[in-house]
Amino acid sequence: MTSLTMLGRPTAPRAAFGQIVRNEARLAWRQPAGIIVSIGISLGLLVIFGEVSVFRQTSANLGGLSAFDVYIPVLIAFAIGVIALTYLPGPLVSYREQGILRRLSTTPAPASWVLGAQLVVQTCLMVISILLLLIVSIVFFGASAPKNPGGLILAVILAIAALFTIGLAIASVAWTASAARGLMAAAFYPLMFFAGLWYPVQLLPGAFQAISHLTPLGAAVQAMQAAMNVGFPPAAPLLVLAAYALVFGYLAKRFFRWE
Amino acid sequence: MTVQMMTSTREPAQAASRPAVEIEHLRKTYGNVVAVDDVSFSVAEGEIFGILGPNGAGKTTTVECAIGLRSPDSGTIRLMGLDPRTDRDRIREIVGVQLQESAFPAKLRVGEILEEFRSFYRQPADVSDLIETLGLADKRRAYYRSLSGGQRQRLSVALALIGGPKIAVLDEMTTGLDPQARRDAWELIEGVRDRGVTIVLVTHFMEEAERLCDRVALIDHGRIVALDTPANLTVRAQGGKSVRFLPSAPFDDRLLAALPEVTRVEHEGQHVIVTGTGELVSAVILALHAAGLEARDVQLDASSLEDAFVRLTGKHLHEEGEQS
Repeated sequence: MTSLTMLGRPTAPRAAFGQIVRNEARLAWRQPAGIIVSIGISLGLLVIFGEVSVFRQTSANLGGLSAFDVYIPVLIAFAIGVIALTYLPGPLVSYREQGILRRLSTTPAPASWVLGAQLVVQTCLMVISILLLLIVSIVFFGASAPKNPGGLILAVILAIAALFTIGLAIASVAWTASAARGLMAAAFYPLMFFAGLWYPVQLLPGAFQAISHLTPLGAAVQAMQAAMNVGFPPAAPLLVLAAYALVFGYLAKRFFRWE
Repeated sequence: MTVQMMTSTREPAQAASRPAVEIEHLRKTYGNVVAVDDVSFSVAEGEIFGILGPNGAGKTTTVECAIGLRSPDSGTIRLMGLDPRTDRDRIREIVGVQLQESAFPAKLRVGEILEEFRSFYRQPADVSDLIETLGLADKRRAYYRSLSGGQRQRLSVALALIGGPKIAVLDEMTTGLDPQARRDAWELIEGVRDRGVTIVLVTHFMEEAERLCDRVALIDHGRIVALDTPANLTVRAQGGKSVRFLPSAPFDDRLLAALPEVTRVEHEGQHVIVTGTGELVSAVILALHAAGLEARDVQLDASSLEDAFVRLTGKHLHEEGEQS
């Protein structure tokens, strides 16, 4: 190679990433199951819990909070988990099945840009869900604003990172889209149990609480509850989330197959 | 019979100092199966090069190694002087690819897919031109899933050309197209070549290879069994035409071999088989007559590239259970 400029890795113009994001956003909009489930169900549950008066009564068992207060972070965790675990791997695995990733790998656009575009679109969906949950709970049901917004944002970022890497790791090992869906469901429902979707974690036996605090969504709920009602979240749940992100990020990078 | 080597009579459109594609001793195995075994060929810049063979012959593996989608066990590959293993980033920019069985998201529109792929390249082709030529102009707003097989195929060809490539690798470009669409695609490819693009065409359509390709490599069981212009391949495998007859008396082969229409004279027992082109039969009979001989039991056989293939590989291109 005669000139130094040729030593650089030539890739697609940066505008290409924007084009991919636009098309992925169009696909999300035209196949709205992901949007309906993540935003619709979490918001629907919030409204139902808000309308049931017994949920609004504070309880000493819940540390002076109402069941409604306890459920807001659980529903945020639900919104993050349902997107990362049920809507991230599906398209990626089917892109692989249909040879779309393979076709892209013959163009200057790195196939990883498709993955990046998916993450951008799905992060947007998560953020919209979370903002709607917070706004509706505060404006319509009189929930108090988060005590420590910075801590809440940090907990949310770590939770998104942990759940995305778990979703990607599953997409890496799943050979087919239906296998991916099965693995996701197998992971999602137990994780939601330990996040307290069916029963508040505070009321579970001690052993279950200990397990919950070591699961990704359980740790996320613990950190978010602290940030919303007490102050900056304790280190333990934040470290648990970071550890999940690192371990599963490594696994996903190690085992992800483009074709 | 002995197959003699013939040199190409039809020069590539633009002879260049360096071949666009150079493949030497390419070998690729999958487990115990040898998919490609010592394949070597080079393609000149501006040439349309055909890779022809039955399913499972190793055509697709050969081109997938060439573009860097698969790594060969051994051999060297150069595309415009670049090695797909070390310069894959540069190769992605200058090589446009149409893969077999590549799909796109069902709910994207044709125009959206084209715009996305266009954005990947620094000097892309004109989208409107391309979809006009490929007959997709009225499908711009159609969802991918609503396209017919032929339309999907044409979109796939458009996406191979959208980056303004120096080399286009087209794997089964016209499979699934109706005859008219196939001819349109051929014209498009000739137009693209006239702009200086080198084209490597994987096909199992004889007519396509005969009509489009400057040279053709016949591949069978992972090996090149013949590599020549379509016309020469046809001649090599029994000629454009052959006449089989029983002469009334023995004669010197040179009597017929000297005729301009004749490329080969062979003997099969008492019979003589003369291979050649043009007005072969009358030329042969007139020459024999002038020498006081008579041709009896005359049989005429016109052969094609398909015959060449059968003769060189011992099998037909269109085998049972073939997808189309």
